[in-house]
Amino acid sequence: MEVGLNHFLVVSTLLFSMGIYAIVTRKNAILVLMGIELILNSANINFIAFSRYGNFGLQGHLIALFVIVLAAAEAAIALAIVLNIYKTLSTVNIDEIDNLKD
Amino acid sequence: MNKLIIPDLINSLNSILPEIVLSFTLVAIILSDLIFHKNKKYLPYISLIGLIITFVFLINQFGKSDPAFPVSSQLSLLSLDPFSLFFKVIILVSSFLIVLFSISSKEIESGSNRHGEYYGLLFGMIIGMFFMISANDLILIYLSLELLSLSSYILAGFVKTSLRNSEASLKYLIYGAASSGIMLFGISILYGIFGSTNLQEINALINTPAASQLTFLISVILIFAGIGFKISIVPFHFWTPDVYEGAPITITAFLSVASKAAGFAVLIRFLKVTFIDSFTGNGYWQLIGYIDWQTLLIIIAIITMTFGNFAALWQDNLKRMLAYSSIAHAGYLMLGVSVLSDQGLIAVLVYFFIYMFMNLGAFYVVMLIANKINSEEIDDYTGIGYSLPFLGTVLGLFLVSLTGLPPTAGFIGKLYLFIALVDANMITVAIIALLNTVVSLYYYIRVLRVMFLIKSDKTVSINLSPLSFVVLMFMAIPTLVLGIYFSPLVSFAKESVQLLGF
Repeated sequence: MEVGLNHFLVVSTLLFSMGIYAIVTRKNAILVLMGIELILNSANINFIAFSRYGNFGLQGHLIALFVIVLAAAEAAIALAIVLNIYKTLSTVNIDEIDNLKD
Repeated sequence: MNKLIIPDLINSLNSILPEIVLSFTLVAIILSDLIFHKNKKYLPYISLIGLIITFVFLINQFGKSDPAFPVSSQLSLLSLDPFSLFFKVIILVSSFLIVLFSISSKEIESGSNRHGEYYGLLFGMIIGMFFMISANDLILIYLSLELLSLSSYILAGFVKTSLRNSEASLKYLIYGAASSGIMLFGISILYGIFGSTNLQEINALINTPAASQLTFLISVILIFAGIGFKISIVPFHFWTPDVYEGAPITITAFLSVASKAAGFAVLIRFLKVTFIDSFTGNGYWQLIGYIDWQTLLIIIAIITMTFGNFAALWQDNLKRMLAYSSIAHAGYLMLGVSVLSDQGLIAVLVYFFIYMFMNLGAFYVVMLIANKINSEEIDDYTGIGYSLPFLGTVLGLFLVSLTGLPPTAGFIGKLYLFIALVDANMITVAIIALLNTVVSLYYYIRVLRVMFLIKSDKTVSINLSPLSFVVLMFMAIPTLVLGIYFSPLVSFAKESVQLLGF
């Protein structure tokens, strides 16, 4: 059996669903951020697979590179914010951070 | 082919001069923060000068309609058209006011050793919004949206020791990163269908049968998640009250005006450029698509404004109330978009211009009072109309204008919106919007009642600095004058409905 576009799409969709699942169910802020990384990487797989099998040239690869850089920047900022939360509240549990509510 | 690219790039640099000036100002702020780290008093003035120079270059582009950074003979990455110019003016004016707000804000003053970061990130947001507004390519839209978001996540938590700042920042980050990730996944599917991320190219390919309808629809809905998050329409609004209440008030005001303006510009461009099929004679857009766009947008708009208005009724914190009111205003603006005509677009532009002055004004007065009494609870405003008659009256003016009562500018904004709705035979929708305005009257007037009709033995006194007075007048006078003399604004809006290529 040859590996084709569909295999890549199945993998990326699985990653996307796992990312959404992690964002919705996890209480720990770090795990939620990992879910977000999964979503970004699933989009990357899509871009590269489409660009390879659809003969769209190198655009997809370029987009994936941009997204990788962006994901790194986002992770850096996210971890800084979570670290700051941990310093002030000594917890990273999202459910316990609820001072702003009606 | 390769030889052509370099002259094209150099020519394109001429058309993005405002963005280049903004980037240089950002670098200048960071450098002077590093070199003169003892005294940071002049950083806001560097920002103001940068914004003024940007404005001069922007005015030079008035009336032009150029593509910049072409990828082929017809397609380009950026389109610098009158439509983007209008939104850029809104963003520049609001950024100018926000820098002036920041000078007199006690909250920002408390982090004075980090002012370089503050103004630098503010410029990061502005550059992101500028590119977002004229972006003609989904990837550029995504990248500039992230530049805007990443800067605003940090700014929302600028005062590191403040608990509610940190919480606002975390909540903004989680909702924002998730929705922009979902948007990127949508873009990747769209890229798979059409082999391109350029809006005009997608528009040309959209009618080919190769595209599966269901996949296409799913990808568009995923993209709407990212844009909807920025303008906080209803299924994506959860972050708004918490972030607006928690963030420093200058940033709250900036998010509620500028970042929403950029979001609306992207939404309108995405809808119009990607899905346009043909124009009927009187300026109505015929959109291609497999769903009834108009019904979808109307439903979202009505749910958004009804939710915003009713949730605002129960709020005790003025900042949180203004957050819900900004959700409601996003609903009104969506209604203008849902008309899907040039007239509806004019109504949106006029409304936005007026919304900028009145909303920023309301936040500024709240900030000045919070500087003194350290609270934004409505109960603490008891009797403030007597001890601070000037500030009370001006806040009253802004709130009345937000409701949309004559003779203030808010009335004109709503009037144009309702005229557009009635002209498009959407009478039922207009009536629902009108009833919503009546609901909003209750919570805006409640603040006035607390300020003016209840006496309190506490007296508060604020010495208004000349700068604060001038800034207040800069927002209060347009709020009054545009309610009476509004024809220049309307003709400016009429010239600005032109998108590149249409």
